[in-house]
Amino acid sequence: MRKVSYYPGCSLEGTARDYSESIHAVCRELGIDLEELEDWNCCGATAAHSIDHEASIELAGRNLTIAASKGQDLVVPCPLCFNRLKTAEKARSFYNQKTGILDLADFMSRDDILDLIESRVTRPLSGIKAVCYYGCMSSRPPGITDAAACENPTSMDRIMDRLGAEVIPWSYKTDCCGASHVIARQDIVLELVKRLYAKADAAGANCIVVSCQMCQANLDMYQEKICRKFETEYYLPIIYFTEMIGLAMAHRGVKTWFSRHFVEPDRLLAEAGLV
Amino acid sequence: MENTNDALHIEPAWLGEVEKETGIGVSACYQCKKCTNGCPVTFAMDIYPDQVIRLVQMGQKERVLSCSTIWVCSACETCTTRCPNGVDVAGVMDYLKETAVRRGADIPQSNTYTFHRTFLDEIRKLGRISEAGLIRNYMLKSGVLRKRLQDGSLIGDLLLGWSMFKKGRMNLLPKKIKARGEISKILK
Repeated sequence: MRKVSYYPGCSLEGTARDYSESIHAVCRELGIDLEELEDWNCCGATAAHSIDHEASIELAGRNLTIAASKGQDLVVPCPLCFNRLKTAEKARSFYNQKTGILDLADFMSRDDILDLIESRVTRPLSGIKAVCYYGCMSSRPPGITDAAACENPTSMDRIMDRLGAEVIPWSYKTDCCGASHVIARQDIVLELVKRLYAKADAAGANCIVVSCQMCQANLDMYQEKICRKFETEYYLPIIYFTEMIGLAMAHRGVKTWFSRHFVEPDRLLAEAGLV
Repeated sequence: MENTNDALHIEPAWLGEVEKETGIGVSACYQCKKCTNGCPVTFAMDIYPDQVIRLVQMGQKERVLSCSTIWVCSACETCTTRCPNGVDVAGVMDYLKETAVRRGADIPQSNTYTFHRTFLDEIRKLGRISEAGLIRNYMLKSGVLRKRLQDGSLIGDLLLGWSMFKKGRMNLLPKKIKARGEISKILK
């Protein structure tokens, strides 16, 4: 049993319930014990760093203070939370973690965990042609994230490869989806996401694999609207990499997780012969 | 001679002030425009990121603080990552937003600002974000709710909300954290 501290972030209690459910299910199967930080608070997200710099460091930092007492690595599924926690760690020496703050996808793509994942695959994902979409915050800026290859991250690509999927290279892995602009400036998000669909489609993908719940929401919830607005036709399920791991393990939770998607993956699974 | 043209109003000491407060070496920019070329949201900006940096260098404070660009920036950090001179362009954008709010004048992208403000209010109340509560309060405070009621587009928002609820992606019972006292001290 491997034990790590876990900071879920607010979205995983709401819009990203499927992400949360699949993370817990898959980690349980892999013998990874996620110890949720007690009484954690919101990292402050985009709002805090935009209009209250001091609060953005202190909000994130409070969680680091809680994590420090645990003496084990802190794993963070939400790339924005990850980025804000890393920013606080680097901004104030007293928040400095003796243990690591890890992006979940990075953590899950370590060699030993990859081997573990591969050993549990009972239904290889042949027929899945995936582009992995990382978004901004787990990579940039590398001075904060310590990302090894911030312009070309490979964590999810390596996981998908072990699951037996066809992993398609593309140049839009870390392009922005517009994130929280979806509320006040939705036009910006629709424009950016339209471009991502077009590039994924041109690369020959039949789905987009993600590790960020903001990216998932923006690409999944508005697909129909974007197709209508720009008179295009795409069917691109937006699937968390943890859901993909669960799918390859034939986990019984998959059906529930996928029922929470707006672009339901049923047709993809049928076409790929994975039902 | 008094000049009332904001575009020509220059505060030469401002560059030093920005650099001192942020620790960002804005004066290192030599206008290669790599920030602007990699920026995904220039299509929605009124001035380009390289121009924001140049105007800071030139002390054109009012012009920079009143532009839309600083609010349109999605903080994707591409500019900061690629700048050959280590200028944290996205960090400058954040500093400018905070300064623009503090000076009290009108914010050009007022809905974006209202969203950020509502977000922090929600954290102050709960310690965490409840997405349903956040959106509702944002729509009330920004006046978006009234506008969408009037133009009939509210139905689309309600349908989306209903779908999210049905799919179990909307948490209507937000959790409050215990340490709310600590949080409200941070968010004074």
